[in-house]
Amino acid sequence: MAEIILKNVTKSFGQIEVIKGVDLLIKKGEFMVFVGPSGCGKSTMLRLISGLEGITTGEMTFDGEVVNNVIPSKRGIAMVFQSYALYPHMNVYNNMAFGMKLAKSGTDDIKQRVEAAAKLLQIEHLLDRLPKQLSGGQRQRVAIGRAIVRDPRVFLFDEPLSNLDAALRVATRLEIAKLHHNMGDVTMIYVTHDQVEAMTLADRICVLRDGYVEQVGTPSELYEKPDSIFVAGFIGSPKMNFLEGEFADAFDCTTLGIRSEHIDFCDENPVWEGEVVHTEDVGSDNYIFVEIGSNEPLIVRSPGRKGSEYGRKVGLKPQDQHLHRFNHEGHPIR
Amino acid sequence: MTLTPWEWTKLIGFYALVVIIVVISIFPFYYAILTSFKSGTAIFEINYFPVDFSVQNYITVMTGRNFIRSVINSVFISGVTVLLALFLAVTASYALSRVRFRGRSLLLITILGVSMFPQIAVLAGLFELIRFLGIYNTPWAMVLSYTIFTLPFTVWVLTTFMRDLPIEIEEAAIIDGATPWNIITKVFMPLLWPALVTTGLLAFIGAWNEFLFALTFTISETQRTVPVAIALLSGASEQEIPWGPIMAASVIVTVPLVILVLIFQRKIVAGLTAGGVKG
Repeated sequence: MAEIILKNVTKSFGQIEVIKGVDLLIKKGEFMVFVGPSGCGKSTMLRLISGLEGITTGEMTFDGEVVNNVIPSKRGIAMVFQSYALYPHMNVYNNMAFGMKLAKSGTDDIKQRVEAAAKLLQIEHLLDRLPKQLSGGQRQRVAIGRAIVRDPRVFLFDEPLSNLDAALRVATRLEIAKLHHNMGDVTMIYVTHDQVEAMTLADRICVLRDGYVEQVGTPSELYEKPDSIFVAGFIGSPKMNFLEGEFADAFDCTTLGIRSEHIDFCDENPVWEGEVVHTEDVGSDNYIFVEIGSNEPLIVRSPGRKGSEYGRKVGLKPQDQHLHRFNHEGHPIR
Repeated sequence: MTLTPWEWTKLIGFYALVVIIVVISIFPFYYAILTSFKSGTAIFEINYFPVDFSVQNYITVMTGRNFIRSVINSVFISGVTVLLALFLAVTASYALSRVRFRGRSLLLITILGVSMFPQIAVLAGLFELIRFLGIYNTPWAMVLSYTIFTLPFTVWVLTTFMRDLPIEIEEAAIIDGATPWNIITKVFMPLLWPALVTTGLLAFIGAWNEFLFALTFTISETQRTVPVAIALLSGASEQEIPWGPIMAASVIVTVPLVILVLIFQRKIVAGLTAGGVKG
């Protein structure tokens, strides 16, 4: 519901500059994911938007209104924390109602909103329980419920899935995606270090590195047209293969990037030749590690799940249209 | 189960040690209770088991001129001290644990340092202060001085506890629109309750048993607290120390404390350990 614009925003903690000048437009109703390695400033960005931290310089607007000095509760935001941050001494109902109670809303109004949120998340039967009587997944739902009850313009998620086990993580990811569809006009901002979460949830992804925005774009833009070696290496699993030295020189670039699914096995006129050193069977695919004399073995997705025995000599050929060539500054040559 | 001689020795040694520790720590109280029930000259005979039973000493104390008044004074002073100290300590420790400001750790160290001064060192200064405030010979003199001496400990303990509370809970409350006062009263106080009980009880015991300030800052008999009243109990003549009533009075004022501690025992244990490990 809110369009958020950041203009040259910086944030320093004492002498240390954590966010080093970010310009960003987050559209109304968009699901924006901040992703990056730890220490890149993505959580700080979220906290700046939430108002829990003030920005040092620059300007931030919600729907054109400057919110630099607006306190969190007046920004129309709701936040879901990694550790859930439920109030341990309150039952689920009171956890969800706390914000409205502080705002002195009417009892009936509170009841209606809390019950509606509980129904949406299927936690109606848990309303009388204390947080310690809930499982991790249930706690996370309550935390999301508490956010929904606030009826926010902007929903903020700070690594909400990292405390859940793998199966629950996928299920909750789906819940969040559904929530976004159901609450179509609410802007959502989601922080994660997991690029799979980013790819699956986002309308657009913002990749951060060392306090700068590396690239903003849809998941497929980032995957297919990365603006830097960093983004190319960060997005996608397994990681993109990077070749340097004479391998790159042959393609007229400093670094050559090629994804595992864009390399074909071919026995006639191969571009690279090497020896199979390892195979990884992940169920849906087989990844073959081929030592061709570069820094790291080349990871190749084997078509049709075919494995390959250790030590076999193979010939490889990249698909020309999927080559990523980078210059010495790490930028793509297109 | 058969035990080898060595295991027998260990077992017996263990229980012997337990008995010694219990006897040493309990004996003074036991002897006070024993003495309080003796009458007349029996007090001056040494025996370790009850030989006669008389409540005469208790009657003497309770009907004494101002003893009841002293108990009321003590309850009032200790109660007000606890409330005041907890209020100041909770708000102060919120600031010390959560608000970033210059000189925070220096302040904490200073607070701890203050508590290391012996009472006698500040007695004269405190006396001047109390005269200046015009509260000499009123309960407020004690409330003020006890609060001053309790606060460092209370603040220090509560600050440690508050630091251990997850910061996200506070941030969630901020986003829910809570003011610092809301956070303290509606979120932190319920969570800190074991710590509050522990520090409150220790503050209460400290105030209840304090002697030096209570003696110095009161002059009239009706303003005395229990420890002073007991110490100044006088017998029929100046030469007589009324051991019986003194012991009876001591038992009377100790029993409420023991009961309080027993009631809150579980909370105290929870409070003393809760900060140590993440729950």
